[in-house]
Amino acid sequence: MTELVKVENLRVIARSDSGRETPIVRDISFAVPRGKVVALIGESGSGKTTIALSLMGYARSGCRIAGGSIRIGGRDILSLSASEKAKVRGRNVSYIAQSAAAAFNPAKTIMSQVIESAMIHRLTSRAEAEAKAVELFRALALPDPEGVGARYPHQVSGGQLQRLAAAMALISEPELVIFDEPTTALDVTTQIEVLRSFKSVIRDRNTTGVYVSHDLAVVAQIADHIIVLRDGAIQESAATEQILTDARNPYTRSLLAAANPTAPAQAAPLAADAGEPPLLEVEALVAGYGAAGSDGLPAVTVLNDVGFTLRPGTNLGVIGESGCGKSTLARVIAGLLPPAGGTVKFRGETLAGSAAERTKEQLRSIQIVFQMADTALNPTRPVDQILGRPLTFYHGVKGAERTRRVRRLLDLVQLPAHIADRYPGELSGGQKQRVNLARALAAEPALILCDEVTSALDTVVAAAILDLLAELRRELKLSYVFISHDLSTVRTICDDVMVLYAGRKVEAGSRAAMRSAPLHPYSDLLVSSIPELRTGWLDGLGKTGGEMGLGSAAVLARADRCPFFSRCPSRIESLCDTQMPPVRRLAKGTDILCHQSEAELIRLQADLRATAAAPLDRSLPGESRQ
Amino acid sequence: MTKIVDTASETLPARRGMRGWTITPVGGVCFAIAAFWLIVVLIGPWLAPHPIGAIVSFDIFSSPSAEFPLGTDYLGRDMLSRVIIGARYTVGVSLAAALIACSCGVALGMITAVIGGWFDAIVSRGLDALNAIPHLMFGLVIIAAVGTSLPVLIGTLALLYTPGSFRFARALAANVNELDFVHVARARGEGSFYMIREEILPNIIGPVLADFGLRFVFIVLLLSGLSFLGLGVQPPNADWGALVRENVSGLAYGAPAVIIPSLAIASLTISVNLAIDNLPRRLRDRLS
Amino acid sequence: MNNTMSRLIAARLGVMLLTLLIVSLAVFVATEMLPGDVAEIVLGQSATPEAVAGLREAMNLDRPAPVRYLLWLGGLLTGDPGVSLVNNIPVATLIGGRLGNSLLLAGVTAAFSVPIALTLGITAAMWRGRLYDRIVSFVTICVVSVPEFMVATLAVMIFAVQLRWLPALSFANDVQSLGELLRVFAMPVISLSFVISAQMIRMTRAAVIDTLQSPYVEMAVLKGAGQTRAVLAHALPNAIGPIANAVALSLSYLLGGVIIVETIFNYPGIAKLMVDGVATRDMPLIQTCAMIFCFSYLVLVTTADICAIVSNPRLRHK
Repeated sequence: MTELVKVENLRVIARSDSGRETPIVRDISFAVPRGKVVALIGESGSGKTTIALSLMGYARSGCRIAGGSIRIGGRDILSLSASEKAKVRGRNVSYIAQSAAAAFNPAKTIMSQVIESAMIHRLTSRAEAEAKAVELFRALALPDPEGVGARYPHQVSGGQLQRLAAAMALISEPELVIFDEPTTALDVTTQIEVLRSFKSVIRDRNTTGVYVSHDLAVVAQIADHIIVLRDGAIQESAATEQILTDARNPYTRSLLAAANPTAPAQAAPLAADAGEPPLLEVEALVAGYGAAGSDGLPAVTVLNDVGFTLRPGTNLGVIGESGCGKSTLARVIAGLLPPAGGTVKFRGETLAGSAAERTKEQLRSIQIVFQMADTALNPTRPVDQILGRPLTFYHGVKGAERTRRVRRLLDLVQLPAHIADRYPGELSGGQKQRVNLARALAAEPALILCDEVTSALDTVVAAAILDLLAELRRELKLSYVFISHDLSTVRTICDDVMVLYAGRKVEAGSRAAMRSAPLHPYSDLLVSSIPELRTGWLDGLGKTGGEMGLGSAAVLARADRCPFFSRCPSRIESLCDTQMPPVRRLAKGTDILCHQSEAELIRLQADLRATAAAPLDRSLPGESRQ
Repeated sequence: MTKIVDTASETLPARRGMRGWTITPVGGVCFAIAAFWLIVVLIGPWLAPHPIGAIVSFDIFSSPSAEFPLGTDYLGRDMLSRVIIGARYTVGVSLAAALIACSCGVALGMITAVIGGWFDAIVSRGLDALNAIPHLMFGLVIIAAVGTSLPVLIGTLALLYTPGSFRFARALAANVNELDFVHVARARGEGSFYMIREEILPNIIGPVLADFGLRFVFIVLLLSGLSFLGLGVQPPNADWGALVRENVSGLAYGAPAVIIPSLAIASLTISVNLAIDNLPRRLRDRLS
Repeated sequence: MNNTMSRLIAARLGVMLLTLLIVSLAVFVATEMLPGDVAEIVLGQSATPEAVAGLREAMNLDRPAPVRYLLWLGGLLTGDPGVSLVNNIPVATLIGGRLGNSLLLAGVTAAFSVPIALTLGITAAMWRGRLYDRIVSFVTICVVSVPEFMVATLAVMIFAVQLRWLPALSFANDVQSLGELLRVFAMPVISLSFVISAQMIRMTRAAVIDTLQSPYVEMAVLKGAGQTRAVLAHALPNAIGPIANAVALSLSYLLGGVIIVETIFNYPGIAKLMVDGVATRDMPLIQTCAMIFCFSYLVLVTTADICAIVSNPRLRHK
């Protein structure tokens, strides 16, 4: 028999507290052949994780498996008793959770948790299990494989924990491994390392796997077969290559299209009047939390010496990984966090640090839109009040005129008028984000700070929001400071791009310049880490930047060294770690923070590419396909 | 720009309706008991069959009879009338104290959370210290100093429970204060009063009401304890705690005069507690 | 023990001392609210001008309040909290004879109820939603909802009046044998245990259920761990902080409960002493008893906080 897993007519039902039952998985049937990896792809609410957990006979509280059969290696999982199920879990089928940081018990050592399933099922002696764990750590390319087991989960980084979770799943040599979005919570540059190590152990051990994800590009690197899910039902099921090149189902095609953001036709930046001051000018900004120390820096310095100029009618994209200070930048500009040093000028006037001290006109002109639409809208107020308040506050609009203008705002963000009397809890994620935008538009601002506005949304919905932003910009002559961790999103919408790393500006230039070599070594790593929507991309990729050593301490801005030093493939020992690099203007017009000369960078980056087996397409995934 | 986006691809949460407001049977019964006592408080004087202080029987600690449905007390007074009037003191004093404690605590909690800084630090530290004094004991100290009367009782009970209410409300308000919609309002330039009224209060009102219920129960228990020690409501008036105290000599005979007031307290406190535990889903969701 | 941890613990102890200072101020201010002249009130009928003047001087009433506060505080720290206004015996002597009795009662109650309550709380959490859990939850919510005196009077009705197993009153002074000791203690301990156990069971159950819902417990179940292992090996080590807190807060209930229970059973402890003091308005005695209670409360709560700090793996393994 070549099929390890056979699922037939699986049905899972969720029960709400009021007792109403809704099916969340509807008559799903599929099979997983031995030694193959099958991916379950879908957006939130598609039932993919629920299906994966059912394979272990497990349903989260509030859900129950209502029908169908699951056979794994001839065992009928659903007919097993509770104790028989426990014997299968961790022994025959094992699970890698989305957030390893949460799946590891903070009170126990990593080793004791990695070998726990071997101990529970009495597979080997403790010493043998530990030896095997160390071997797995090595296979997963973890630094310090001998010592990492003695650490506690909070002492290692997220990417490493994710690989340790894989070791935890593989220790008992299970027949089937379930990967539940194992890289979703990671930054792209970390994700690539984790994917690489997953891929190599899967290949070496001929693992049978079920890989759950929302990210087609990631799945394309790992899976042999893809099942596309929506609302608990299968839309399409085919070999990976076929899904990517010849999808039949319209929903699959819309997923593929959304994964390839295309740059909308850019409105040509409005011809700037020579005499017109820049819209926003940020100089030598220092910001952080806690009291200022003797050196004038706050206790935790999040942003250090960051500056940029935004011309009227243009957009600036700010990118960087979690913790690089990009959201702090938005908070400082909005007046939510007074800076510890430097200035923010709007149309030539210096802005006060705190919103309370700015003029109403200044406040009106700069609006902020947050990432989590869920928490950005007051859940106890209906939409018309949420949108009406800034109208009244800034423009003194009341009564029927207010209702009329709320309507117009809803129309502007392409929402139906009847949404006005709804509460945020009754809106979908995309609708909430549109209301969120409409509230900012109500002020009739000149500049909108968009803080990761699409990150929490499903790809299809996010793509629609990006289109809306581009359209609004054309119609209303807006400028955006667009903050994101996703370079491809930023490049579809922005004229200029700024890259932040550990609170420092490491590169800044025009969108076009960001596409030609050389780049700052960190930008280069960022660009090459974005998964491309084709099979074999991961295998063809050359060596990317080294990763941080053990430890999860966030890199903080330090004055005496390059912030990227520890991960930089092009570093110069005893220079980069002893001196802050100078700002270097490259021939293509960008500024980078680096000790290496331009010629040297070009050579080093060409070398990196040369180690790759396949020629690397340097342009963006989306743009390469147009 | 009139094209309406097709949002069908996203699953929409249900429209707000009656769902989520259904009450469990236990919750319903408990609400009914609590409401019953509230009605007794309001119309008590018209319900009581005998004047409260009147000695109506020569038989002391008598068992229930047609004339005295709950028996008589240690002086031969009608227990039913005394329990009905006692409800006024137990529920009335406790409700007044809980109202004062919670309004002061919640108002202060929201103000400190929004303003922050040294004002927050001083108020929080001071009230936390007050909270570190065992309630019954602090009540004894104040009563020893000032003597006991209804206003003093209400004031003391309110003072004792303000710090707890403050701490609870401040924690909730501080959480809401960090949410993005509050940041948006702040970036818009809204003042502190608007923030408290429109952004914070509506989002903490559910848990605050539940906390009010719990604090009311604590106050009933403390008041009963004080009265039981003879330091609460003073004769000739009597709340339920005082009724237990004055009839405690009937304990040896298992007289209803001792048991009934105890049961009255228990029925009130248990039902309020259980009612809060069984709050409608919609309210409970906001408690987290 | 590392630097961060020692610093946190030191900070916690500092907060405790600061709180104690504020509490002493609050107690002092509260007792200052006595309207009228303390000396006249104390002397009552026998208030001749000479006697009042003498007493005023003895009580330092002529000095300004802040000075009296400092004198009182100094007295407390040196073990001389003043002289009882009622019978002229030093407060230290009055309390000294009784503090032991109260501590014994509290100690026996704690030793009896903590193990039982923790077991019930943890098992209820383990089998949550089942009949056992529902019964435990219902009984405990009933017990925490009724006044302490009701539990005590019910206990008297059942054990002393109906069953006649135990004496209704306690006289710890004339206990001759161990058996007698048990009989004397039984009623107060049973009553108190009921009250504080119910509280402790509820809080322990809530703490364990909270940790049972964390993803690492789900992970353990998906590794094949049974219910017992998931609770004992995974949930409990992370629930030590909240459980210590539950125990401390419940034991602090002892302080309130003990006042009622000592009064009902006529038990010669300091709580009874204090209630008697309130009836006679014996301020020095009340102040001192109050400070002893507050101090015990703060010690309990601080201990719980330190337990939470010490058991936090993020602090333990820096």
